[in-house]
Amino acid sequence: MSAIVTTDLAKHYDDVRALDGVSVTLAEHRIHGLLGRNGAGKTTLMQLLTGQVFATAGEMRVLGQSPVENAEVLSQTAFIQESQRYPDTFRAVDVLRIAAGAYPHWDQAYADTLVAQFQLPERRMIKKLSRGQFSAIGIVIGLASRAPITFFDEPYLGLDAVARRMFYDRLLADFSEHPRTVVLSTHHIDEVANLLEHVVILDQGRVLLDADTDELHDAAITVSGRAADVDAFLAGREALDRTRLGGLATATLTTRDGDERAAREAGLDVAPVSLQELFVHLTTASATAPATAGADPATDVATV
Amino acid sequence: MLDDSKPLFVAVAEQIEDGILDGTYAEDGPVPSTNELAAFLRINPATAGKGLGLLVDAEVLIKRRGIGMFVAPGAREALRQRRRLAFEDQYIAPLLREAEQLGISPDDLARMITKEFAR
Repeated sequence: MSAIVTTDLAKHYDDVRALDGVSVTLAEHRIHGLLGRNGAGKTTLMQLLTGQVFATAGEMRVLGQSPVENAEVLSQTAFIQESQRYPDTFRAVDVLRIAAGAYPHWDQAYADTLVAQFQLPERRMIKKLSRGQFSAIGIVIGLASRAPITFFDEPYLGLDAVARRMFYDRLLADFSEHPRTVVLSTHHIDEVANLLEHVVILDQGRVLLDADTDELHDAAITVSGRAADVDAFLAGREALDRTRLGGLATATLTTRDGDERAAREAGLDVAPVSLQELFVHLTTASATAPATAGADPATDVATV
Repeated sequence: MLDDSKPLFVAVAEQIEDGILDGTYAEDGPVPSTNELAAFLRINPATAGKGLGLLVDAEVLIKRRGIGMFVAPGAREALRQRRRLAFEDQYIAPLLREAEQLGISPDDLARMITKEFAR
């Protein structure tokens, strides 16, 4: 079943197209990555799906229903935001108490464990917490709410590498035991690549890529070798990125059937392209390409 | 830890295969569950499950309902046969290519290999 379906979803602010015709389907009980540069529309999409802002156009279904002013759906949804605000007098313990009442699947014992693991000082005023401790509140709520649909929007600003890894480990373990739909938006792409089953990349309010991570492994390659050989190989193919050093060259391209073999037969070295590299190449190519060609990389990869 | 030149679920399957070949996982013995693998390798459980699924399809692993996955009898020998067939492509061909590039003759190469074996 699909947890989330959007059709031509759009949100315009005056003349800014924050979201410009997004159609995606997110299957339930999976961890989805929602990636994009700043301003790509990730937060807007999550705000729409959680009923916090109203769509300009298009359709959306969350657990089969419209989320707009729909308490039934919203009680099944947790949205952990980077920019969450709390009343000045609140302590973490106050926020967690409210969360416990708001989420039907809340697990208090698990929340207590997480508070200890992330060393969150529960009884200190939130405004006196460090940025990392502040983020830990969101992580505890996102995990302990066990909401059937959980959005994490850049949930760990200020968390150090150790605490981020702890978040990934807890997320994987709890997801294994209590399968649910997780949408994770982050700039730490390398760190989360192996956690994701499906990826949507947004760029300038549009879907630039929508694919299962398994398929992405072969979606692009980097070839390197003698510049003349690389040039010959690229004739009739389109590179996302090319660099040259003296007589040597490398190029990254989205692949079609047989490209990898052809590159090897041309005497070139072939290397895989990580999700982060692919993200950088696609969003860079989209930023530098003429507007009409902007959608090309998505079609290329999606048809692999 | 995992070979990143291959899709992740293939790398997971190969890592289990390595464990069977070197005796870490005995025939008829259990292999880690999907969730244990996912936690240990820090990967999505679906990916870990897909890796195990490859090995079930290849009859390297047997699924026992409600208990878990076990190494199939005869799996070790079967894997060894299969890996031997791939050995030439995966190891000998690149070795020869590099040797040729460096001007190492087949005789020299044979001597180097014999010497390494003796160590």
